[in-house]
Amino acid sequence: MRVVLAEDLFLLRDGLIRTLQEHGCEVVAVDNGPSLLRALLAEGDSAPDAAVVDVRLPPTFTDEGLQAALEARRRRPGLPVLILSQYVEQLYAHELLAGGEGAVGYLLKDRVTHTEQFIDAVRRVAAGGTVMDPQVISKLLLRSDARGRIGTLTQRERDVLELMAEGRSNAAIAGGLHISESAVAKHTASIFTKLRIDPSADDNRRVLAVLAYLKR
Amino acid sequence: MFDNPRTGASRACVAVGRCQLASLHALAVSAMGSLVVLALLLVPVGVGFRLLPPAARALRVLSDRSRSRAERWTGVRIGPPEPLPVDRALNARKRSGAIIADEGFWRDLAWAWLEPVIGGLLVAVPLALIEYGAFGALVQPFIWRLINDGNWYAFIPVHSTATMCGALVLGLAFMAVGLLAAPATLRLHSRVSRPLLSAPRSSRLAQRVERLTDTRARALDAQAAELRRIERDLHDGAQARLVALGMTLDRATRLMETDPAAARELLLDVRRTSEGALQDLRELVHGIHPPVLADRGLGDAVRSLALDSFLDVHVETRLPGKLPAPVESAAYFAVSEALANAAKHSGAREVGVALTYENGSLRATVTDDGHGGADPSRGTGLAGVRQRLDTFDGTLDLHSPQGGPTTVTMEIPCALSSPKTSSS
Repeated sequence: MRVVLAEDLFLLRDGLIRTLQEHGCEVVAVDNGPSLLRALLAEGDSAPDAAVVDVRLPPTFTDEGLQAALEARRRRPGLPVLILSQYVEQLYAHELLAGGEGAVGYLLKDRVTHTEQFIDAVRRVAAGGTVMDPQVISKLLLRSDARGRIGTLTQRERDVLELMAEGRSNAAIAGGLHISESAVAKHTASIFTKLRIDPSADDNRRVLAVLAYLKR
Repeated sequence: MFDNPRTGASRACVAVGRCQLASLHALAVSAMGSLVVLALLLVPVGVGFRLLPPAARALRVLSDRSRSRAERWTGVRIGPPEPLPVDRALNARKRSGAIIADEGFWRDLAWAWLEPVIGGLLVAVPLALIEYGAFGALVQPFIWRLINDGNWYAFIPVHSTATMCGALVLGLAFMAVGLLAAPATLRLHSRVSRPLLSAPRSSRLAQRVERLTDTRARALDAQAAELRRIERDLHDGAQARLVALGMTLDRATRLMETDPAAARELLLDVRRTSEGALQDLRELVHGIHPPVLADRGLGDAVRSLALDSFLDVHVETRLPGKLPAPVESAAYFAVSEALANAAKHSGAREVGVALTYENGSLRATVTDDGHGGADPSRGTGLAGVRQRLDTFDGTLDLHSPQGGPTTVTMEIPCALSSPKTSSS
């Protein structure tokens, strides 16, 4: 898998390159916004399968990385991008999700210390899935809960929804909550009924539907 | 969104009433001015000493009333001069001396003599138009037959039904013009009075220096307190966790050979501790300067606040360019506080936030549809915001009648640092 990595801090970039290479990725590393955009839009053999992007990049040291990623996705819809940031910002999460094509992820930088989870996130995004940091999800859920929209869900259903919104498959949710997969499927169906979302077999669309519902 | 719309007609009527009041007031002012001059003239014979202090005070009451009216009626703010020297311990002679030496007193007196001539005549214009118009429209139709000969209304000789109708129409027109002109006349009146009523330049400067000294001292205090808070947070939070992390790593290193399982436990512990330290640092940085504010500026930072709020927050921004960073920061934390208050105390469901830049100042209004009755003296949040805005010569107004809605209006005078270039 060919991964574009945009990170301006040498220590982090070095660590990320190693981690990705250890898991069989071919890494193209860049350290600023303009070259990130070029790398993302590369054609033919050098076209990336996924990108891991830091929000803050030179030359502006503001949200250059995010802007480059959004611009690349405007020009090439569905281009898989995993954003890594020191902070998770709801506004940025919304901007990433706004297109509705999926294949996006937004994680706190320190999640890379859990190598398996990080690589899993990269793979899921590359496969068209959506991965959101638990911080984003819990905030969204809290907010919706306070507005009484998902107050009808049981605690277990809420746990399932939270993991589901993070982009996990039924098997992973079952493992995480120590319940059977058929129980997860039952909870999922119940959540969709209560939230009035048409269920879909596709994991990615399922998450997008949940997030789209939550972010209203 | 929660405006109380008042129709143009009733506003014009109110303005006419106010013109009438202002013209009566001008008469009182002229009488009081004469009285003060009389007192001054009587000073050489001694009686003036007893008469001058109360007369000067009464004149100040009138001028104060004009100042507050100018603001209430037309929004023209006029800074008052220093209060008159009233030292009760002094005798009448000395008290009069102090008053005569006071610059504000002489300005009051000058105003008392000019106001009837300039202001009084000005506000009389719409009144005269309306009264003359009323005569043409309401009285002429009944009296023109009685005084057939040589009865003129304005430029119309009224001697037939046709010309009477003309006079009637003209009279109505005069009334309409008078009504329409009344609000503008009031505004003009306030503006004309301002140079006479406002504090003399020297005392304005003195007030300003005093205020600047005050706000600078408070800004320095606040900054020192903020630095202490950051130092303490680092000391008790991230720093402590990193030390603990080092100690755990040390133990893990020693256990590696003898008890690999325990060492592994410790290393997992290290990871948890490092995550905690990162979280601490993240919160600390957010409290100093939110990253989204640094990345995107005030508009998007407030939008981001809206997304974090439990309430339905609608954000409207009309900022023509980028604001200075300290102003953005102050405005951000002020809006954040207002939103937090709305969420905690108001019982509101919806909140509107508007950011605009007009006449060289940033204005942020936060309006909720809650039950109102907010009291700025309770709690420290708004007081803190007010203090923060003070440093920028900014203001915070809280309007919160029982039953709501609550509106917090914040204004910070500032210059735009650069014109807007991006489209977002």
